[in-house]
Amino acid sequence: MALLEFDDVSVTYRSGGVDVPAVRGVTLSVDAGETLGIAGESGCGKTTLTSTVLRMQPKSAKVTGQVRLGGEDILGMSWGKIRAVRWAQASVVFQGAMHALNPVQRIGDQLAEPILLHSPKTSKASADTRVGELLEMVGLPARRAKAYPHQLSGGQKQRVMIAMALACGPQLIVADEPTTALDVMVQAQVLTVLAGLVKDLGVGMVFISHDLSVLSSACDRIAVMYAGRIVEEGPAAEVFDHPKHPYAAALAGAFPRIGDTRFRYAPAGLPGDPPFPGDLPSGCPFHPRCPRAIESCATGAEPELLQVGDRRTACLLVQGASA
Amino acid sequence: MSSDLDAPRTLTPRAIARTRRRESLAGFSRSFRKSRGGMLGLVIILIFITLALLAPFLFSRSELDVTQATAAPYLSPSLSYPLGTDDSGRSVLALVVWGARVSLLVGLCATVLSMFIGTSVGIMSGHFRGFTGGSLDRVTEWFLVIPYLPLAIVLATVLGKSMLVIIVVIGVTSWPGTARLIRAQTLSVGARPYLERARALGGSNWHQMRKHLLPNVMPLVLANTTLAVSISILSETTLSFLGLGDPTAVSWGSILETAFDNGAISLGAWWYLAAPGICVVLVVVAFNLMGRAIEGILDPKEEII
Repeated sequence: MALLEFDDVSVTYRSGGVDVPAVRGVTLSVDAGETLGIAGESGCGKTTLTSTVLRMQPKSAKVTGQVRLGGEDILGMSWGKIRAVRWAQASVVFQGAMHALNPVQRIGDQLAEPILLHSPKTSKASADTRVGELLEMVGLPARRAKAYPHQLSGGQKQRVMIAMALACGPQLIVADEPTTALDVMVQAQVLTVLAGLVKDLGVGMVFISHDLSVLSSACDRIAVMYAGRIVEEGPAAEVFDHPKHPYAAALAGAFPRIGDTRFRYAPAGLPGDPPFPGDLPSGCPFHPRCPRAIESCATGAEPELLQVGDRRTACLLVQGASA
Repeated sequence: MSSDLDAPRTLTPRAIARTRRRESLAGFSRSFRKSRGGMLGLVIILIFITLALLAPFLFSRSELDVTQATAAPYLSPSLSYPLGTDDSGRSVLALVVWGARVSLLVGLCATVLSMFIGTSVGIMSGHFRGFTGGSLDRVTEWFLVIPYLPLAIVLATVLGKSMLVIIVVIGVTSWPGTARLIRAQTLSVGARPYLERARALGGSNWHQMRKHLLPNVMPLVLANTTLAVSISILSETTLSFLGLGDPTAVSWGSILETAFDNGAISLGAWWYLAAPGICVVLVVVAFNLMGRAIEGILDPKEEII
């Protein structure tokens, strides 16, 4: 049984009387000790999809399908149950660590917060010890527990957030663009810390990023999302090196590898903007921007995500070629 | 910084917490002493509080009794009567010193009540959206649009004339402004990612409000408190001036009332009006100066390492 399973999950926002489908029928799974990367442009539904794991989606969102964490359906849980699951079984490294810390509390107190919330009988001394351990796990000296968030650098704050995600020993960590606001040196540091933790603690991780090169080095498998659906999914190196779906290819081409001749002459970048989820184009939603679109891409039905070998792809061209 | 790390580990957690608290208090008073305005305000308020506390020792209660007044009415300030005498021949200085007791007590108590109601309603209406928040907003607006003075007059009339009634009347009528302010701040704090984090941690609504919203709106509450103290003291003065205060107690407002009623202005007895008037202004200014200084220190973003 997989640790986390999305089973035909759809999320629809109701905005100004219009239904806006942000995620449409996603099926994915993550095993313990495995890192799954989710890639895609801003607004493609990455964060919305993962917000369902802790049921953190806004009230206006309607979720269908099943999200199972350790076999239990998250969407059907009572409010008290979901509060107990939050952080104890699955935790989040938030997008902007700079803002996810309360500026008026010492970071030690904030690290102790989830520990005390989930086991209120913990003594102050043992909570302090645990906070020191957590800080040292992510490479910060334990005495930094006394600091306020503004006294730390961006990378240090991000590492504090990672330490916080580990506080209650969860089985699953959702890292939502944990390195986006960081410079490349710090980014490398944070990635090393994350990778080490997954290996040492055997937790499952969902890693969200728009940077396919980061994902290919940090993850076992990658799922590429476009307009609320998965368009390609497979082992990380293969998706990055030999993308089948034209969108995955464009995303991979946007992060050229220095010294690799393949990237030297390949045109990088993609014209146009992602479609508005409330008003998707007919057929394949990617066809208006697709450099390889054929006529049936616009007129036919939306291509289904089909399994070929260990890859899943939703593209008529790929499916036509393999059929 | 390093000294408390090297300290022997035999200290109990309680002792450590106490030391830490003492240190942070010392740091606060150090910063406060650097603020000139804050110190000036503090000194003025301390003088008034001392006078109010020492009133029974400085002037006996009998000096407030019109039947026992010995001096002539409307004597201008002199050595024996530094602030002159009133229409019944009582020392205005004695009246003002005794009046400080009532004015400060009513002002502070009413402020505590008003801030308590305003902060709770503000945080709740900002945190809970939907029906609960909406209802609290309507109640706040309802109190906001009712003209304050008529409501206070009606309440004071219905509930009777006593100091407690004045406190309740001022407290119950002056909170909506605070509630709106705190609600706005709660909304802005509530939209920040660390509240999303608190929710993701599995924190209850109570936890989120107490641990994250309250500390973040607290500087605003404190700054607003000093303003509210001023307003409460002014309100007390107004209500007493209109004859709605406790008729047995002397306050700055009631001194102004009797002075006005007895035509102190046309008689040229300026000291009779100026003395309580200046006291009100001084106290109001002093609270504002102090509030500014406290606000500047409590903002943790200004701490530098």
